[in-house]
Amino acid sequence: MARVRNSIWRGVAAAAVAAALLAPGAGHAQGSGKTLSFIPEADLRSLDPIWTTAYITRNYGYMVYDTLFALDENFKVQPQMVDTWKISDDKLTYTFTLRDGLKWHDGKPVRSADCIASLDRWMKRDVLGQSIPPVLGEMKAIDDKTFQIVLKKPFPLLLEAIGKLSSNVPFMMPEAVAKTDANTQIKESIGSGPFKFVASEWKPGAKAVFVKNPDYVPRKEPPSWAAGGKVVKVDRVEWDYIPDPQTAANALGQGEVDWWQQLPQDLVPLLAANKEVTVTSVDPLGSIGVLRFNHEQPPFNNPKMRQAVELVIDQKEMMTALAGDPKYWRTCYSYFSCGTPMASDAANAPLAGKRDFEKAKALIKEAGYNGEKIVVMTATDQPIVNAQALVTMETLKKLGINAELAAMDWGTLITRRASHEPVDKGGWNIFFTWFVAPDMANPALNAALRGNGAKAWFGWPNDPKIEELRDQWFAAPDLAAQKKVAEQIQAEAFESVPYVPTGMFVIPTAFRKNLKGVIVAPVVFLWNVEKG
Amino acid sequence: MLAYIVRRLVATIPVMGVVAIFVFSLLYLAPGDPAAVIAGDLATADDIARIHHQLGLDEPFLVRFGTWAWSVVHGDLGISIFTNLPVTKLIAQRLEPTAALTVSTLILSVLLAVPMGVIASWRVGTWVDRAVMGFAVLGFSVPPFVLAYVLILVFAVYFDWFPVQGYASIADGLVPFLRHLVLPSTALGLIYAALIARITRTSMLEVLSQDYIRTAHAKGLASREVLVSHALKNAAVPIATIVGIGVALLIGGVIVTETVFAIPGIGRLTVDAILRRDYPIIQGVVLLFSAAYVIVNLLVDLSYTLLDPRVRY
Repeated sequence: MARVRNSIWRGVAAAAVAAALLAPGAGHAQGSGKTLSFIPEADLRSLDPIWTTAYITRNYGYMVYDTLFALDENFKVQPQMVDTWKISDDKLTYTFTLRDGLKWHDGKPVRSADCIASLDRWMKRDVLGQSIPPVLGEMKAIDDKTFQIVLKKPFPLLLEAIGKLSSNVPFMMPEAVAKTDANTQIKESIGSGPFKFVASEWKPGAKAVFVKNPDYVPRKEPPSWAAGGKVVKVDRVEWDYIPDPQTAANALGQGEVDWWQQLPQDLVPLLAANKEVTVTSVDPLGSIGVLRFNHEQPPFNNPKMRQAVELVIDQKEMMTALAGDPKYWRTCYSYFSCGTPMASDAANAPLAGKRDFEKAKALIKEAGYNGEKIVVMTATDQPIVNAQALVTMETLKKLGINAELAAMDWGTLITRRASHEPVDKGGWNIFFTWFVAPDMANPALNAALRGNGAKAWFGWPNDPKIEELRDQWFAAPDLAAQKKVAEQIQAEAFESVPYVPTGMFVIPTAFRKNLKGVIVAPVVFLWNVEKG
Repeated sequence: MLAYIVRRLVATIPVMGVVAIFVFSLLYLAPGDPAAVIAGDLATADDIARIHHQLGLDEPFLVRFGTWAWSVVHGDLGISIFTNLPVTKLIAQRLEPTAALTVSTLILSVLLAVPMGVIASWRVGTWVDRAVMGFAVLGFSVPPFVLAYVLILVFAVYFDWFPVQGYASIADGLVPFLRHLVLPSTALGLIYAALIARITRTSMLEVLSQDYIRTAHAKGLASREVLVSHALKNAAVPIATIVGIGVALLIGGVIVTETVFAIPGIGRLTVDAILRRDYPIIQGVVLLFSAAYVIVNLLVDLSYTLLDPRVRY
């Protein structure tokens, strides 16, 4: 009898455990309440947005730090931490006054000295910021809330530089942190931004946690890109990095997470069919594909060879392979991001016109190419890179170029691309990458366009004319003048072909339908988002 | 016995030394530069060279190895190149999920496989035996990641019984902890259970043909008693051996399983570190895995004394 009773109790206990384990939806707790569970584009590795240009660290920066100025959706720089500012008549003295109530996450007030130290560190690292010290007289604090930047000669882009949208963003940090050598990573996470980073819960490669900063005083204006009021409407944000796309899709579909920042094209139909999920693009500009030549090594040290490739690269083919559905890509026959003020159709016939294999073959012949092997590098762990490489290989074969595809992972590719050696000694001829549109919006930001030879970005184009025009662009007094010089730069670029733009694409994003207030911007911002 | 344990532990030191030299050399020769990965896509060659120098990657091989080995001897596995955090801290953060997954898989596999092997040997040649052997073949044939996706589709997406991904610490409660482990343990445990079931069956068949088993039957003992008390006990040594060997299989499987189920364990830490060339983490994790493997083998050897009184050290 006792044995029977024991059996019954064992059965009841087993059933209770099974019921608890199998309760439907019990795994959804993570995405509940005022916690926003977000799958970011990459895992957060570095906490220093000045030291690295990595976009994930930039996005972290926007959570934790604030900026003096910020770019809005009309490409206008708007004050953010700054309350009022004035520019002297001779355009040499900029005086900034900070808003009331700005506080660091440790409770101390934001002071002029903090901002000066932050700008100083940023100017040592950022590509645009580095243009300022040659014209900088001094930066001085007038009082705790007011400081001045005094220039030796006018620099019309100063506010645009300080209000830069993408890496490296001039985030403000406490003076003690900002005094860290610009080449050494900071370890602290003390900002004055709308979220606080919870360092104790940071698991690099897996999770980063932010909580609402209760002391943050948002601006009154509505949010517009990085400008306007940063009103936080959740208590906590968890970045859950899920490397496997299928797992991420399932987690979003089941409501275990609220938002997946970037999903691959092949999973779009799966999530689009889910009635609880919105699949869309929240990036109004997108990214730009880049086919980069090695200008130091034959045969692409000869501009005719580069022009030949430019004549046959078909952006539509490239983008179809890379992004599939035309909803997520567009052609962009400009060296400046389409949809931004400097973009134009100036002199773009070699890329926008009919694909002309005969003319390209004639150029190759003129260049004296004799079938030497060229190495096209691809990273098979980066679908965006690999799609461009595979399409280009087919195109090069049609041109009669003896191209060899060197497949590797991204970590190896970015090491090998630094090699100045010939291909038979581990060098390369072509590689591919992509940049977000804000990073290619003008001559100051577009690093791949530089023509300063050995000091240029990988591929090392040597084009003094582009460098000269770039200097003119910096000195241009207004937008109209800037546009005119940008057109001249573009005309020269289509001649010298530092790289071939392969088209513009957006990476789809997907979130649960109960999310409201998602900001449409080239950078992902998590303020203003609320869970219904 | 104590002397044996001490002797075995001392013997692990040269093994770990060889592993350390091997891993360090392999990473030294491998292509890829963490400085290039850290610097980002927009970095210039000068930026990369500066970071390369800061990380000490331009030092000669012997200097780098000597510095690292000296730190390891003092219990310091170094600092992660990317996160600037100590490798020991990163490993400690990831230890619980991996340990939980490994142990739960081990328990699940043994609980499933040993009875299956015993029953198959008892009913050798019947449909039961064939079904168990069919399960074993299936277990060997289906890669854990395929099974993982099938389990997710059926039990997480379709029935919504278990979470798709993630890990809940035991500190968050026993139920969420177990719920998060059921699918990954099953996916990882199948191949392992197949291995143990096969070995158990073979080992049992050998023992069941012995004279003393026939004697036990002749004495009128119940089949269950003969199988468990007489046969299984004598067949346990090879089973324990295969459980130990299987730990190596588990270590490999954990990497894939943690990735598919987004479990923040040591397997994922390793894969991420390899992709980024975060050398201190790779070296630290490989050393840890080797140490774990050596210790598991020692425990298996010691278990022989419990399973077979004739074994003495």
